[in-house]
Amino acid sequence: MDIALAAISAASTIAGLVRVKTGHLGESSPLAKLNATLRDVASADKAAFGKLVGQARACVNQAFAAREVELFAAEETRRLADEAMDVTAVASRWTPGARHPLNLLQEYIADIFVGMGWEVGEGPELENEWFNFDALNFDEDHPAREMQDTFFVDPVENHLVLRTQTSPVQIRSLLTRELPIYVISPGKVFRTDELDATHTPVFHQVEGIAIDRGLTMANLRGTLEHFAQIMFGDGAKIRLRPNYFPFTEPSAEMDVWQPNAKGGARWVEWGGCGMVNRNVLRAAGIDPEVYQGFAFGMGIERTLQFRNDLNDMRDMVEGDIRFSQQFGMVL
Amino acid sequence: MRIPISWLREFVDVPLDVTPDDVHAALVSVGFEEEAIHTFGLSGPIVVGQVLEFTPEPQSNGKTINWCQVDVGESAPRGIVCGAHNFIVGDKVVVSLPGAILPGPFPIAARTTYGHVSDGMIASARELGLGEEHDGILRLASLGLDPAVGADATALLGLDDWAVEINVTPDRGYAFSIRGVAREYAHATGAAFRDPAERPELTQVASRVASAESAGLVARPAPSIDDRAPIRGRTGASVFVTRVVRGIDAARPSPAWMVARLSLAGIRSISLVVDITNYVMLELGQPIHGYDLDRLSGGLVVRRAEPGATLETLDGHRRTLHPQDLLITDDSGPIGLAGVMGGASTEIAATTANVLVEAANFDPVSIARTARRHKLPSEASRRFERGVDPEVADAAAARVVELLVQLADGTADTEGSRLFDVVPREPIVLPDGYIAGLMGADYSDVEILRSLTDIGGSIEPINHALSVTAPSWRPDLTDKATLAEEVARIVGYDRIPAVLPTAPPGRGLTREQRLRRSAAGLLASTGHTEVLSYPFVSQGANDTFGGPLAGAVPAIRLANPLDGEAPFLRTSLLPGLIETARRNLSRGLNDLAIYEIGSVFRPEADTRYGSGDLPSGIIRPTSSELADLLGSIPPQPLRVAALFTGAAIAKQPGQPSVPRGIADAIDAARQVGHALGVTVTVAGGSHHSFHPGRTAELFFGDHNIGFAGELLPALADERDLPRVTAVLELELGLLIELADRAVSPSAIAAYPAATQDLSVVVGADVPAGEVLSAIVEGAGPLLELAHLVDDYRGQGILDGSKSLTFALRFRANDRTLTAREATEAKLAGAARASERFGAAIRE
Repeated sequence: MDIALAAISAASTIAGLVRVKTGHLGESSPLAKLNATLRDVASADKAAFGKLVGQARACVNQAFAAREVELFAAEETRRLADEAMDVTAVASRWTPGARHPLNLLQEYIADIFVGMGWEVGEGPELENEWFNFDALNFDEDHPAREMQDTFFVDPVENHLVLRTQTSPVQIRSLLTRELPIYVISPGKVFRTDELDATHTPVFHQVEGIAIDRGLTMANLRGTLEHFAQIMFGDGAKIRLRPNYFPFTEPSAEMDVWQPNAKGGARWVEWGGCGMVNRNVLRAAGIDPEVYQGFAFGMGIERTLQFRNDLNDMRDMVEGDIRFSQQFGMVL
Repeated sequence: MRIPISWLREFVDVPLDVTPDDVHAALVSVGFEEEAIHTFGLSGPIVVGQVLEFTPEPQSNGKTINWCQVDVGESAPRGIVCGAHNFIVGDKVVVSLPGAILPGPFPIAARTTYGHVSDGMIASARELGLGEEHDGILRLASLGLDPAVGADATALLGLDDWAVEINVTPDRGYAFSIRGVAREYAHATGAAFRDPAERPELTQVASRVASAESAGLVARPAPSIDDRAPIRGRTGASVFVTRVVRGIDAARPSPAWMVARLSLAGIRSISLVVDITNYVMLELGQPIHGYDLDRLSGGLVVRRAEPGATLETLDGHRRTLHPQDLLITDDSGPIGLAGVMGGASTEIAATTANVLVEAANFDPVSIARTARRHKLPSEASRRFERGVDPEVADAAAARVVELLVQLADGTADTEGSRLFDVVPREPIVLPDGYIAGLMGADYSDVEILRSLTDIGGSIEPINHALSVTAPSWRPDLTDKATLAEEVARIVGYDRIPAVLPTAPPGRGLTREQRLRRSAAGLLASTGHTEVLSYPFVSQGANDTFGGPLAGAVPAIRLANPLDGEAPFLRTSLLPGLIETARRNLSRGLNDLAIYEIGSVFRPEADTRYGSGDLPSGIIRPTSSELADLLGSIPPQPLRVAALFTGAAIAKQPGQPSVPRGIADAIDAARQVGHALGVTVTVAGGSHHSFHPGRTAELFFGDHNIGFAGELLPALADERDLPRVTAVLELELGLLIELADRAVSPSAIAAYPAATQDLSVVVGADVPAGEVLSAIVEGAGPLLELAHLVDDYRGQGILDGSKSLTFALRFRANDRTLTAREATEAKLAGAARASERFGAAIRE
């Protein structure tokens, strides 16, 4: 038995231990043979003999089980050590993708207004001039029509243009939706500006229009201020300055107070707004004596520029993947 | 519009210590955005000097300089080297002393030149910023000035003045004058305003002329307006005032103060008479034209051009006229493009003795069209287009006469004429409470009355309303909303509070908007980077990528493209993505998976889009007009496209590089489908610009929804792209439209699955995808999942054949499947493949 116990503790592998087990507990092991001699033992001693042998076998079995646990643990430890990897150099099978921040920003703005109960309106980029100008109170000979440098489709007599603003979507909304109307329309617009640090011929705007009974310019300011506070932080506020747009009367230029601007809080020119011109309502068949409302618009590029402190417009339009990847999936 | 501060002060009280920023802030508050500040850029000691003596000294370079002794009011004269020769001893001149800075900036210091220490510089008019004259120094006597020696020359010449520049919106034509801006400055600050058009000297003259005409004192044939083709029903001229000044000395110099103000206002000094007409235009906003009276023949007639007529304008161009052009004519024919530019034949010269002054009011539309047609935007046309005060013509003509008498030594003639046919303004009814109801702020009766009076309106209270007649210079005030804006603006927009309105419950994003976001988000999540590109492309780009078959693709062409090489709108997103890929590659970014979601422009062949005449923008179009408008634009389907090149997975320890290719493009299509809840299926396809053996046509059900593939290597090479460049373009809008409105999920069975492999031998050219489809069909509903795990060719397989192995997973949703049931289903699948492609089971 002592020999068996010594052999068990000497076994250094599971395989070795199994061999020891066979040698000391198997059918031809000394203990098995001893057990087989039981029938030759005098019956008076049989019980004591059997008990002794049984105890010896139990002792060896126990030792075996204990050793087995020890060896399993040691082997597992060794295996884990062998499997160790340099986790700082694990191969990556993933490449980072990214949304374009101009699209993320448009979606964010849409979400802010959807949260207020507004809906998101859309329209074609190639538009009939009637929606882009005439219905917006731009008279055929209005000098304001020249303020905007418009891409015309050849031949110009067919009156098709690349929309210069997202306002045609507002007209489509007024013509096709049920009153009251609260619609936000982000989208791509076009003007004949060469690309430089501050201009691009293709850019994005977001415009909003609300037509209801009794809406006022105070409601316009309230809407803009709420929007600004979500976009730029709690301290944001709106300042209005008189201006002129054919489609609004009164009209205003809006500045936003950006409380958390890099380099210190500041006023920034944000866009234009006003009360929807009565002629625009008439063009949509809405009675301006019953309904009135407001509209506003701002540039997405410009908003991204001062919200995220970007300097060069070209980065936004060139499609260099490093630009979008800085944003990833968030603004 | 630039406003010299000294000029502004003439008509409104401006604090003495006002800064340019103060003036800008005041004007911004009433609606004029600031543009710039202008000064002469002079500083330091610039004084009046008198030339005491000078010695000409010939130099080795052939020039002769004058070594001058100049009295600048100090104890001793200064020695100054001067290269000019247009002066004599005793002349008073402008001397910049050391320490002065002239525009440039050009600092003056005592310096050694031509062997002398020149202790300052005698300045020319141009060096002072007073125009272009630089043939010699400025002699103050030539400006009629004889100031004290040593006096400050900057104040003397008006060079200490400065101007603010503001942006004038198209509705505020009256602010293209000092008069208009002074009035606005008064609105902003409450300062007292003195209307220069109401000066008694001018109004008396005007009434005298009017009575002279009625008394028949007009010596020449009176001017007449003979417009036989009014544009949009409006006669070309509504006011035509003329005055005559005789015996002028047109060769006199313009006074320094006038030159300085014009210069600050951005107008170059030309000659005394021209300067006077420009000065009055800036002061009162009324464009003026001066004719050499002796070069006129007969009476002036305002009329439209005859077809084919020509006119040589003041800029020396002979222009072919359009029948809509409004002209000033005399017996000799056209002598001016009304309100735009005068003609050469009656131009005022230095020898002109007698001048006819014209102050007219022309129809804005007529002038705008002529200026645009002849590409001749002028100071005059800019004002007429925006509307000139019809009531200011008399005062403006009188002001020109006054200045010609004062400055050019002329004599005002009794001869003059006045045609005035202006429709009186209709009063606007402004109901009580309207302004508060529009602005959401309270305004007192006093504020409303005062604001509307200040802007020049005349007001009469009527029943529960005010009847407001807008002033003649405000054609933009047409309804009660415009009056509300005036009151709100004069009181200040800060009065308006912020009140968030409550919109009715909305329905959130539309299904299409949600799905589009889902597709864009999924592509970004799976390693694609979103880019945006311009839609402007060449015909070649459209023909290459606009369709699977070679040939011209119908496309929209722009009339005024920025780039003449790319005048078309894209019919595919791929040209833009390729351009973007090129830019990235040129910056060393070689591993690309980029995508764009955007509209393409797909006109149908031989279809005319657009409208002929547009309906009015004043009333709602009829339903048929509206249908025409809505149907007038070409289809602009929404697409998604992607481009892949370089490595999908970079080489790393234990990880070989995985190159990008068609697999990525097809997977991206499947991902888009997944984002929309549809299954995109793949079939071999062909596209003239894609690799013939690596092109997939993509389907949803029976609908072709796009292509994926690798570009033809030659095409990729032409565009500086790697040989393996894979692309995808999908009809995203169509897919969204076709996708199920809601997912119909089946219950998830918890019974165990039975998995089996199936190997079949088919012809090498049989698409594995089709074999798989056949197996799926044949195996029936017990087959839960099947995919291709091996494509073996070689030993044991006949040449021209291949062995495809599919892993199949079977499950029943109501019981545990037996192995036999699974095998039966598998064999049924194999039988269908055998039927269709002769597939033999390989044991």
